[in-house]
Amino acid sequence: MSTEREAIAEAPASTSGLAGPRFRPGESAFRWMLFACLAIGIVFLGVLLTYVLVEAWPRLDSRLWTNFPSIRRPERAGAQSAISGTIWVIAFTGLFCLPVGIMAAIYLEEYADPDRWYNRLIELNIQNLAAVPSIIYGILGLGLLARQLGLGTTVLTASLTLSLLVLPVVIIASREAIRAVPQSIRQASLALGATQWQTIRRQVLPAAVPGIATGSILALSRAIGEAAPVILLGAVTYVAFNPEGLDSAYTVLPVQIYGWISQSREEFHHLAAAAIVILLVLLLLMNAAAIWLRNRYSKRW
Amino acid sequence: MTPDRDRSPEPAPEAAAIDLPEPPAGAEEQEGRSMSLFSRRPGRPEASLDDPVFHLSDLDVWYGDHQAVRDVTMTIGRRQITAMIGPSGCGKSTVIRCLNRMNDLIPGARVVGKVSYHGENLYDPEVDPIEVRRRIGMVFQKPNPFPKSVYDNVAYGPRVNGMKGKLDDIVEEALTGAALWDEVKDNLKGSALALSGGQQQRLCIARAIAVRPEVVLMDEPCSALDPIATAKIEDLMAGLASEFTIVIVTHNMQQAARISDYTAFFTSDIDPAGVRHGRLVEYDATEKIFENPVDQRTEDYITGRFG
Amino acid sequence: MTAPAAKPAAGTGSRSLRQAHPRYAEQLVKALLMIAALVSVATTIGIVIALIPPTVDFFQRVGVWEFLSGTVWTALFAEPEYGVLPLLAATLLITGIAVAVAIPVGLGAAIYLSEYAHPRTRKLLKPTLEVLAGIPTVVYGFFALAFVTPRLQDWWPFGGDGPEIKNALSAGLVMGVMIVPTIASLAEDAMAAVPRSLRDGAYALGSGRRTVAVRVVVPAALSGIVAAFVLGISRAIGETMIVLIAAGARPDLSWNPLHEMQTMTAFIAGAASGDVSTASFEYKTIFAVGAYLFVLTFVMNVISIRLVRKYREVYE
Repeated sequence: MSTEREAIAEAPASTSGLAGPRFRPGESAFRWMLFACLAIGIVFLGVLLTYVLVEAWPRLDSRLWTNFPSIRRPERAGAQSAISGTIWVIAFTGLFCLPVGIMAAIYLEEYADPDRWYNRLIELNIQNLAAVPSIIYGILGLGLLARQLGLGTTVLTASLTLSLLVLPVVIIASREAIRAVPQSIRQASLALGATQWQTIRRQVLPAAVPGIATGSILALSRAIGEAAPVILLGAVTYVAFNPEGLDSAYTVLPVQIYGWISQSREEFHHLAAAAIVILLVLLLLMNAAAIWLRNRYSKRW
Repeated sequence: MTPDRDRSPEPAPEAAAIDLPEPPAGAEEQEGRSMSLFSRRPGRPEASLDDPVFHLSDLDVWYGDHQAVRDVTMTIGRRQITAMIGPSGCGKSTVIRCLNRMNDLIPGARVVGKVSYHGENLYDPEVDPIEVRRRIGMVFQKPNPFPKSVYDNVAYGPRVNGMKGKLDDIVEEALTGAALWDEVKDNLKGSALALSGGQQQRLCIARAIAVRPEVVLMDEPCSALDPIATAKIEDLMAGLASEFTIVIVTHNMQQAARISDYTAFFTSDIDPAGVRHGRLVEYDATEKIFENPVDQRTEDYITGRFG
Repeated sequence: MTAPAAKPAAGTGSRSLRQAHPRYAEQLVKALLMIAALVSVATTIGIVIALIPPTVDFFQRVGVWEFLSGTVWTALFAEPEYGVLPLLAATLLITGIAVAVAIPVGLGAAIYLSEYAHPRTRKLLKPTLEVLAGIPTVVYGFFALAFVTPRLQDWWPFGGDGPEIKNALSAGLVMGVMIVPTIASLAEDAMAAVPRSLRDGAYALGSGRRTVAVRVVVPAALSGIVAAFVLGISRAIGETMIVLIAAGARPDLSWNPLHEMQTMTAFIAGAASGDVSTASFEYKTIFAVGAYLFVLTFVMNVISIRLVRKYREVYE
């Protein structure tokens, strides 16, 4: 439709009628070029997923989750310790980072006066933290938590480190959900003589829960895929047992995958691909849950 | 600006007598209340400021560097319906929000001057805005029920205020008081958002009176409603005025004429420095304002010649 | 009709408006929430605290200039040299390749989504693109090493030996695709913030869609788009797993994208995954390189945050 206007602009000599040429190579090539940009990403995704599935196929069976890793015999190796390690680490990451992140979001949205320098500092700080490379968090965990605080390379250290890593994501997502609650709800509550915290706890938070939950799931799904910081935190690739507590040694799926990729034998690459499938299925389930939550409880006002 | 036309097609019986308030020049209007277009509803006491609830003196409201309202001085009487009218931008909503300190919630808002409530300055640093709002309720422009059940909406105020007594009774009383009980009594657990706009607004009134305030502020409560729903709320207000002091902001002059005892006319003024601000032009008994205004601007506005 | 049974309780106003009893709980809650918000500040402080002491130790033995300008990096050898340039060069080369892919592709995708796509198409395509951002980087690394590099070797058209098994090129290319969603999504946000009226003005002058997109929308959203680029670059610099897996572990200052090379992040991950003792000098090396990396990305992030703020100020 707008292409016709373009034609008029580009053909000042033509004085007769509004009908432009049917085909404008410039305009349409540009459009296809842009579409190609988008397509590159999507085709890449398709090829990647297909390749991983094809590679994984020979090893996609129950050995994967019933067996422990084996260095010498890839045909007997499995990822059970990595799967259970991932569950342990992520469960505690959620336990640590969700309350803190949601509380911080409440403070920033409902209490903080944006004109105060310290509140601006907190904001700026969160924006920066969201873009700090994950391996720097690994250094934080290694230098401060594992060594100086003496927590060692344990499930606890990994959970705390990943909590700090995804904390900005949780905060940003929760703030958006809280901001989406209409101001009129807060006013109605305050006008009834409710205190600010009563208003938040009884009106704002219940209304923001679906959004917060969606954002939290997505934040945790980022933590699940992180390998770099955990490599620094002693998640070695040969752990033949499941974690038994917070002070337990552990490994997680991404690190196990990295370990198998580093092996030279072809069988280990199939194993790596199979473990990637498990990891992606896990992520897919979490994302599906997030989408379901979003649609189930979408805005009611 | 023209007078609003969203009048009820089937006005309440008492309101039927009132038509367009053309200020008659005839002599009979001077003779007394019985001849007035603004006959008071049966059972209503005389319009009077003898028993004041609020006294505003030299009230200025600032939003940041902008002075939104200047120099408002007025007294609001107990169990009166006081209407605030005027063109948009005249500061009437700003003033009503000073009466329960809702302006505190707007960043940068600042109040200079005095708003006293039974002799106590509302803006005294010792005064607790939450305590203020417990006693001075508010109904907003758009119905804003909580996304919960009808019951929970009404019970919310009593719950957060830790009110004693049986909650079910409080809810029933409030809903009855807001003339909504009969319509919702069989579906108290149903979502408040499923109600019609007019029902939602009456629910908001019920919610406000459930905490048993002394004053109910209404900021253009009918502006989002159709004429039938508006008529119902106007009827309701007349009844409520026997128990509560009501202050209502309205852009609908006829509504002010129909329901109020006192009317304050605000306008927006431009000072010599070119700054637009709201000002109280005239404040008097409603019939005086509509039949015999002192200020030319008031007369222009109520006769539709404004602007 | 109206039978208000609710009785005003405070009819006479005899009760004071002062707070009956102090609401300590409210204050406590606010304090707790603020402490939670301060955890993020503590994180930054923690990063700095973790980095500084070992880094200071490191520079007591290695000169700052020697570190920044040295061309040989053999930190874990028996006779170590600590010139960070090979690591920096690898980081910059791979970032350069990634950005050369991600900037045009990301911007193109953003323009398409913002200016061309039908809302329904957009609703389908955008989340699909965002799936790319959700894939763990270890998966990208695997794909680069096991799929992209062999294809590059098979199809290498320029003669010579072609890419090594581990090389900067495939790591850079794959990393480029990884940051496309970051750039596309932020750039699209910036373009969405450009007011309708600006576009309508241009259409009213008879401009076509391409002209409007390229001459009106992109310039108007420029600071936001540049912020997206800067953030993309920052992510490329800080990315670890792809380069660790696909680019290798050999410090190399050749600037040859077909070579195996080690980036700063890959060094950190590689050195730390061996069992380094806290007392050793290798351990301190990790922190020195980490500090350099942190400063680099910090500068990028600050630039990006400022640019975003700039366009928000203009249009919001």
